[in-house]
Order: sequence, then C-alpha cells, then structure tokens
Amino acid sequence: MPRTVVDRPQRILTVSALTALVRERLEESFSDLWVEGEASNLRTPSSGHIYFTLKDATSQIRAVLFRTGAQRLRFALKEGLQLVVRGRLTVYEPRGEYQIVLEYLEPKGLGALQLALEQLKERLAREGLFDPSRKRPLPFLPRRVGVVTSLAGAALRDILAVLRRRCPTMGVVVAPVPVQGDEAAAQIAAAIRALSSSKLVDVMIVGRGGGSLEDLWCFNEEAVVRAIAASAVPVVSAVGHEIDFTLADFAADYRAPTPSAAAEAVAPVLDDLIETLRDRAARLKLAVRARLRGDRQECAAALRVLYARPLPVEQAAQRLDDLTGRLGGSVTDTLSAWQRRADACRHALEACSPRIRVGSALTLVPQLVKRIEQGMRAALALKHQATRSIASALDGLSPLAILGRGYSIVQTVPDGTVVKRARDVSAGDQVSAKLADGRLLCDVRKILPS
Amino acid sequence: MAPVKFEQAMARLETIVSELEKGDLSLDDSLKIFEEGIKLSKTCLKMLDDAERKVEILIQDKDGRKRLRALSLEEDEDEPAHST
Repeated sequence: MPRTVVDRPQRILTVSALTALVRERLEESFSDLWVEGEASNLRTPSSGHIYFTLKDATSQIRAVLFRTGAQRLRFALKEGLQLVVRGRLTVYEPRGEYQIVLEYLEPKGLGALQLALEQLKERLAREGLFDPSRKRPLPFLPRRVGVVTSLAGAALRDILAVLRRRCPTMGVVVAPVPVQGDEAAAQIAAAIRALSSSKLVDVMIVGRGGGSLEDLWCFNEEAVVRAIAASAVPVVSAVGHEIDFTLADFAADYRAPTPSAAAEAVAPVLDDLIETLRDRAARLKLAVRARLRGDRQECAAALRVLYARPLPVEQAAQRLDDLTGRLGGSVTDTLSAWQRRADACRHALEACSPRIRVGSALTLVPQLVKRIEQGMRAALALKHQATRSIASALDGLSPLAILGRGYSIVQTVPDGTVVKRARDVSAGDQVSAKLADGRLLCDVRKILPS
Repeated sequence: MAPVKFEQAMARLETIVSELEKGDLSLDDSLKIFEEGIKLSKTCLKMLDDAERKVEILIQDKDGRKRLRALSLEEDEDEPAHST
C-alpha cells in the first residue's frame, strides 16, 4: 500500500520544474564525459540530426548528434558499431528522458578517418574502381604532362625539377589546387576533370607532399577518387611519402611513392632515348654491313669453287667443238667428193659448150684480120712501086721538064696568068719568069712584036 | 598522337634491328627493312628534337572558360615565359 502523505510538504513541484531541476543537475554533473557502447536504433530523419541508442549488455542511453556534428562525421554511422563518444548529458524535457548530446564520436579501436576510409574503399572497390584491369599503361613519351597540385608546394618544384632533368623538352600544364582543407577535394576533382577534357596532356600527376593523415585526407575523398578513375588519360598519384596510401593511389593508373618518383614515372630520360636511337641506328648499319659482307664472301667463295673445276658448260663446249669437228670432217669429205664429180661434169659440159666455139672463133678473127692487113700492106707496096715508076715516066712528059732544057714560063704579076702573047702585057708591067730552078721578076721595058 | 607513334616507332625499330641481326632474311628484304629502320630512327630523333618545353598553368576564368598561361616559379626562372 502506498505511503500516505501525512506531512504536507512545504513545496510541491510541477513536472516541468522537476524536469528542469533534474536537467540542471545532470548538465552540471555530466557536462563533459566519454562513454563507450554499441550504436542501435539508428534514426536519421530529414532534419539531419542523428538519433540512436548507445547500449551495452545491460543498459542503454539515448544519444543525439545534431546536424552540424553529423555533417562533420567522417564515417557512416551504422547499426551495431562500437563507438567511443564524447558529450554531455541533458534531458529531453517533453519526454522526461535523459540523453547524451554528442560532440564527437569515433569507432572504437579505429580512428574515424580510418573507418571512413575503409568504408569508402570497400564501396568503391565493389564498384570496381580499383580493379587492376582498369589500370592503363603510362604513355612512353608524353607530349605534355598535367600536374594537379598546389602552386606553393614542394611537390610541384620537385616534379618540375625531375621533368627538366630527365626530359627537358617535355611540356607541363599545371592545374593549381589547394591540397588540404575543406575545399580541396572538390577543386582537385574539378582540376582532374578539366585537364582530362582539355586534351592538352597525355598523362597527369595528382598529388602533394607529405603531411598528416588529415592533411592528405582530401585524396581520400570520393570526388577525387572518382575523378581519377574517370580520367581520359592515365593518372599517376603521388600523395605524401612512401608510407602514405590514399584512395587516390588505389584509383590511379600508377601509384608513385613521391612526387619526384611520379615525374620519373612519366618522363623517360631524353638522353637515354636519343642514345638508344643512335645505338639502334648503328646496329642497323652494322647488321646490314655484316650481312652484305657475308654475302660477298659467299659469292667469292662460290666463284672460287666454280673456277676450280671444269664447268659443265666448258665441258659441253668442248664436246660440242669435238663433235662439230668430226661432223665437219665427214661432211667436208662428202662435200668435196661431190664437188669433184660436179667439177668433172662441168668440164665435160663446158668442152661441148657453144662458148668454146665462139672462143676459138674469137682467136681466129684477129689472125684473119692480121693476115688481111699483111695482104693489104703487100698489095699497097706493089701499087706504090708501080705508081712511082709511072710518075717518073710522066716526069719526062711534064712541061716543067722543058724548063730544064732552057724554056721558061712567063706569068703576069701578081695574077700568075701565063703570058702567051706579047700583047698580053704592056711596057712597065712586071712579069715573072719561071725557070727550072726558080723565078725571075722582070720589068717589061718594051713590047717588040716579032 | 605523337607519343604513341614514337613508342611504336621505337618498338618497330627494335624489331627491325633484331631481325637484321638474326640475318635470316633475304638480301632484298634485309635492304628493305634496313631502309625502313634508318627512316624510323630519323623520324624518332626528329620527334625528340621537335618537342618544345613549356610550363603552363591551366586557369579557369570566372565565366568558366579555361586558358593557359606561362607558369613562372622561382625555381624555374631560367625558363622563358611563353604566353598562350
């Protein structure tokens, strides 16, 4: 049976007053405490606040994480997660429930960042973003290298120094970004996308120098990891030092331990390339020369062998000569026998040829002509002789012969008319008197008729 | 893209050199690939010679357009500034 109130209290509290009192006491006594327990009955209404119950084997306490705190949460709060929380106690007066208002919470045994990292890594891995099959080979000799990092950082200077040393002709496009702080992840992701779509570069380096886990955190952000995975050109990650691993490293096509190593990975050593080229060109020349020399030697050797023994051709030629000789011999013999027979026949024929008669006639004619000439000459000589004797006989009968006996012939001068009568001339004319041995030119002085 | 061509050219050159060094090819083919090899080595050297180093910075204007301008750091002061 309930105790009856015998003594009336001096003061009766309202529920609200009591609750306020309790709240006051609680808030005073438990203004900052750490509690560990398991999260359950998780509720995340659209307000952004997070409500859950923190419990252990036998007890539980309501917990609330207001929106601002919830937004700072690095990992996903999940049912059953063992938590270590820091907060203060208060009372939710409308329900008369006390609760712990959380200022900080982390997974038990693991840093919050680390857990978030594990969770994101697992999720992205399930999507296949880290598959080795996605990794692309780095270009052998990039035209230009993109660098996503801070302009102020040592990483950029290291990268530029290595690029210049190895491949002084290689172009670089820097996309400057903050590499730590709240804005960093979004800007890094945007810079990666910008370089990727610019078509300016054949490969890019994304990274920064060393720092704390928090400093490097932006390279674990989903936006950055997705931008790297989506890049059109291979990405080399270079975040922090060798021991630091970020999700960017898992998504990248190549993970370089440091920015300098990243630069070495993308840039071949130009001098080596040139050396290799020269070497190959030299080997080419050597090889072809050796080849030609070998061929020439083989040719020479073959020629020596050929000259050293009788060629089938030579043998054949000799045999041919031989045969031809023999063939010629027999043919010649036959031919000359026939020739002789033919000659004999021809002679026989020629002997009875009309040409023979003509030939003898031809020798006869000159003989006849000669005989005719001789006959003629003899006859003519006789005629001459007869003529000469007749002429001397005639000589005695010539009027001129009379002149020898003292007669002369008178002729007019110059006509030569024989003067037969005295009257044929006149005194003063000239006449010539022809004597046996010459002429007298005479002037007529007087005509004396007889 | 030039780098791919370069890499391919280098690989082809290597193949040609080892083929020639093996010496199983006919004389005709040897001379043919020799000529190709010499041409390739010249092309590759030219590619290397033709490259021009620029260090530029990708800037996004307020209107969202991107452009390049020469980057000049103290450590890079001997680098002539190219304007783009």
